[in-house]
Amino acid sequence: MEDVAAGVSLQHYVVLSMILFSIGVYGVLARRNAVLILMSVELMLNAVSINMVAFAVYTAPSLFEGIIFAIFIIAVAAAEVGLALGVILRIFRNRGTANVDEVNSLKW
Amino acid sequence: MTQIFFYIMAATVVGGALGVVLVRSVVYAALFLVMSLLGVAGVYLLLSVEFLALVQVLVYSGAVMVLIIFVLMLTRVEDLKQHLDGDQRPLAAVAALSLLGAFIAVASQTKWPRYDGDLTVVPFTTISDALFNRWAVPFEIASAVLLVALVGAVVISMQEEGER
Repeated sequence: MEDVAAGVSLQHYVVLSMILFSIGVYGVLARRNAVLILMSVELMLNAVSINMVAFAVYTAPSLFEGIIFAIFIIAVAAAEVGLALGVILRIFRNRGTANVDEVNSLKW
Repeated sequence: MTQIFFYIMAATVVGGALGVVLVRSVVYAALFLVMSLLGVAGVYLLLSVEFLALVQVLVYSGAVMVLIIFVLMLTRVEDLKQHLDGDQRPLAAVAALSLLGAFIAVASQTKWPRYDGDLTVVPFTTISDALFNRWAVPFEIASAVLLVALVGAVVISMQEEGER
């Protein structure tokens, strides 16, 4: 097996996932369109997945918990996207907007 | 060599993510998201987990992106361009940057476990072994979750009588 780990340490992956997560946080806070917020959430989920896989590969190479976790994260994220997009579609049909600032009352 | 690939992948991931949160057009944002997700698949390849890279490309940059682009089309975001961003952009930037600062501060002070051996490629058979023996019950629960989400999404977005 060739030396795959050469020059790239666990810290590299952790910092990459931190940067990705912070960008996702910025997107969720700054964006007002529901679909764009959902896309930023996807970025954050991916950051967590990178973290999980990196720790699994670097600290316990013979166990696969982190990888299994990442697979479940992807499955749950797919379910979440499907449901959230259904809700957004419904809100758009009822209110004529997908802007979360305009959907501010539980009663109309 | 690995280092060069890592930095290329990291630049793809971070550049795509910045595009998602900064760009003015939602369709471009969706395409930047594809770029970022493919970069994440590359990172999985660097971590020698081929199966996850495959799933990432198929599920995320395939299925999820098709769904998102469909909803962008159906909610006509491109036509109703106003208010993609709120007034709280500076505040959001401050919050995200301070979060990143805290993360980096912690990361630079932590003693990370060093792994000196080589990363071995995780074969598909090992993952399926773990998934269908040890993690069989969570796997089945995940499939039930997917089924429920599917039915729920259909029910939620179904057109009611009298609705336009």
